[in-house]
Amino acid sequence: MPLTPEELDKIAKEVAEEKGEKELKYDKLRYFTDEELKNYTDEDLKKFKIKHDISMIEELEKGPWTSFISDIKREALHRSKLPEDKMMISKEVCEDLLGQLELSYHDKETHWKHGGIVGVFGYGGGVIGRYSDVPDKFPGVAHFHTIRVNQPASKFYTTDYLRTICDLWEYRGSGLTNMHGSTGDIVFLGTTTEQLEPIFYDLTHDLTQDLGGSGSNLRTPSCCIGKARCEYAMIDTQDMCYEMTMHYQDELHRPAFPYKFKFKFSGCPNDCVAAIARSDMAYIGTWKDDIRIDQEAVKAYVGGELKRNAGDMAGRDWGPFDIKAEVIDLCPSQCMSWDGNKLTIDNKECVRCMHCINTMPRALRVGTDTGCSILFGSKAPILEGAQLSLLTIPFMYAERPYDNLKDLADKVFEWWPEEGKNRERLGELIQRQGLRVFLEKIGVRAIPQMVKEPRSNPYIFWKEEDVPGGWKRTIADYRKKHAR
Amino acid sequence: MPYDPENPMKDRITDIGPQHYEQFFPPVIKKNYGKWLYHEIIEPGVLMHKSETGDECYTVRVGGARLMSINLLREACEIADKHCDGYLRWTTRNCVEFMVDDKSKLQPLMDDLKERKFPGGSYKFPIGGTGAGVTNIVHTQGWVHCHTPAIDASGVVKSVMDVLFEHFGSMKLPAKCRIALACCLNMCGAVHCSDIAILGIHRKPPLIEHDLIGKICEIPLAVAACPTGAIAPAKHEDKKTVSVKSERCMFCGNCYTMCPAMPLMDAEGDGIAILVGGKISNRITAPKFSKLVIPYLPSEPPRWPTVVNTVKKILDVYASDARKYERVGEWIERISWEKFFEKTEIPFTEKSIDDYRLAYDTYRTSTQFKYTTGI
Repeated sequence: MPLTPEELDKIAKEVAEEKGEKELKYDKLRYFTDEELKNYTDEDLKKFKIKHDISMIEELEKGPWTSFISDIKREALHRSKLPEDKMMISKEVCEDLLGQLELSYHDKETHWKHGGIVGVFGYGGGVIGRYSDVPDKFPGVAHFHTIRVNQPASKFYTTDYLRTICDLWEYRGSGLTNMHGSTGDIVFLGTTTEQLEPIFYDLTHDLTQDLGGSGSNLRTPSCCIGKARCEYAMIDTQDMCYEMTMHYQDELHRPAFPYKFKFKFSGCPNDCVAAIARSDMAYIGTWKDDIRIDQEAVKAYVGGELKRNAGDMAGRDWGPFDIKAEVIDLCPSQCMSWDGNKLTIDNKECVRCMHCINTMPRALRVGTDTGCSILFGSKAPILEGAQLSLLTIPFMYAERPYDNLKDLADKVFEWWPEEGKNRERLGELIQRQGLRVFLEKIGVRAIPQMVKEPRSNPYIFWKEEDVPGGWKRTIADYRKKHAR
Repeated sequence: MPYDPENPMKDRITDIGPQHYEQFFPPVIKKNYGKWLYHEIIEPGVLMHKSETGDECYTVRVGGARLMSINLLREACEIADKHCDGYLRWTTRNCVEFMVDDKSKLQPLMDDLKERKFPGGSYKFPIGGTGAGVTNIVHTQGWVHCHTPAIDASGVVKSVMDVLFEHFGSMKLPAKCRIALACCLNMCGAVHCSDIAILGIHRKPPLIEHDLIGKICEIPLAVAACPTGAIAPAKHEDKKTVSVKSERCMFCGNCYTMCPAMPLMDAEGDGIAILVGGKISNRITAPKFSKLVIPYLPSEPPRWPTVVNTVKKILDVYASDARKYERVGEWIERISWEKFFEKTEIPFTEKSIDDYRLAYDTYRTSTQFKYTTGI
């Protein structure tokens, strides 16, 4: 059964007690005074010029979309007015970053050097070395390493937590972040090697907060908003994400895989966290029983009292809602009918694409017998071409403590590091050795749901035990029956 | 006790993972976890979630550059403290969400967000990104912080979003349109399943730094890195190095990832490819890859006008031609690829014909086609 708010709260309290998490109070952890934080006026900001000519990238301050150049400039102004002893790296780091970016805009080439191995003791990931190739011109960013911080599941924050992070990062780093990186981490952009250990110490001691993954390890798992604020979520995505992250901490921090490995958790087949395209092991919520129908609400959609698609197409006049054209006829398995008064769904024919539910969310709800589909092997094109994830486990219940999910992941972690070549993703190994081998290794029986269609060639790798009498026969016996 | 540089392993804490997520839920979220009944988008950028307890959660979504300064984060905290009891969240597409538990708190929050602008005139917190429109472009680091990019990322995204700004704050498209950008073929942004993908590409083979390669690279790894077998071990003035068969190079850059002595970026060589028609969602049709329709557009900092105009053109044709609920890829599959090229006036070239792994599966093996101008 899915978690109730009370159960979840109890779990959170137990975790906090076990980890020694204190309630975070910014005022107890802050590095800066209010005066230091508000050290410039709007007038200062309008007049502010950085030390380099950046006329080209200043073009990117125009236009309505939020300008990252304006944002970095403001950070530069703020740093220029902070006391020297309140910043552990160059106060001109933002100005030099802008200067180097301007140079790239002129040269149409990056000015960051390749790699550099830096990190914190005992971890093989979480920090990515970065050095400028024009350090004489831009000394502030000569060393400008990235730190990945494992984001809390689905990226909710209190301002106490965020402000503490802010102070830490302005004190020991550039004051620039990615909220968030592509995989989901909070990304600290730019600090020096000397600051890495103190940052790690402060993160773990003050914030009870660990680093994320990088390199050939388990990358920071991520999930959609799930049951926290979505009626479609059929699995506790945050809880699964948190539990799997905690269970595989060693794999996350100490690279021992052929290449990266990603877990992603989406609550329904709408897949808001792109699990099917971006993770080696994707968990996508689904259901087994019937779609719940409120016939009165269906009529309200047909009558125009409720807006189609939760109002998200309301910007254009698409005419009156036509349930036949917009729902019944678009259903990919043609399992619905509407007789003018009643909507009928042949649930055993449903493939759970979510279209009818997305279109009429007040009338239709996902089923209550819920679990997840598990898919393996998606990746971006490097190297063998892009791959989507393979539907391998059509349905599995996902309930605490998720031992079935861990057992399955363990089997993958036994096979892939053993057989995978350097920089070969799981999906590429499955491609190279075949789905048949993968199924054998994880102990899963082949079923038609795993393929779009059966093979069209007859080249089967029969095994000796498949054939009566085995493969041991002699040419002499053969020739007794068949003359040469 | 603060960090002691003399004794870095003292009191060391490791393997503790992230903070537990539940403590960061606003009260209305905590109380209604798993109890949500339905949602409505009451205007662009504003969602209302209704719980079976009767509670309502109103969310205002605002766009963000993925690169955010501490000053901007503090400003977001100030807004969250003022209107949202000190809670906020980020989406997977770099938007920020401010949540309130009562409709009366919505307008003051929105008014506050709309007023905040940078001196250059851009919105700090543009409201939108919901429903049948263009939400935030997910992207990579680019020249701001990456060593392999062919193009910048943040600047191209800013330029495209300025022109598509109207679609961020409205819901006039046939369905949602997801745009993504990756600044090289490594595709950290995983643009390969986006309605419209902007991809930085290289077009010159790697250089070889003969005097350095033996010292800083494992030569067998550099050789093995090449998916087309274009790299071979070689000698240069008696030093171990590699050679590259340029005609076999497909400019993936994997050799440079493995070996810093083989850089391939080049101002003249690098540019942008456009891919269209991918999607993630399982709604109606299965998830699909984006397909390459434009092999190269020039890299034109600071505002990339050719790329911006091309993306706008594709979006405009889609908006006027697709049926409701059709994603870009579904629209193209209905009208046919030949009609897509005709309607968008994009010239089809042999470079859009696959010649990598499994290419034959993408060739047409039927007599069904549509006539377009030219045949």
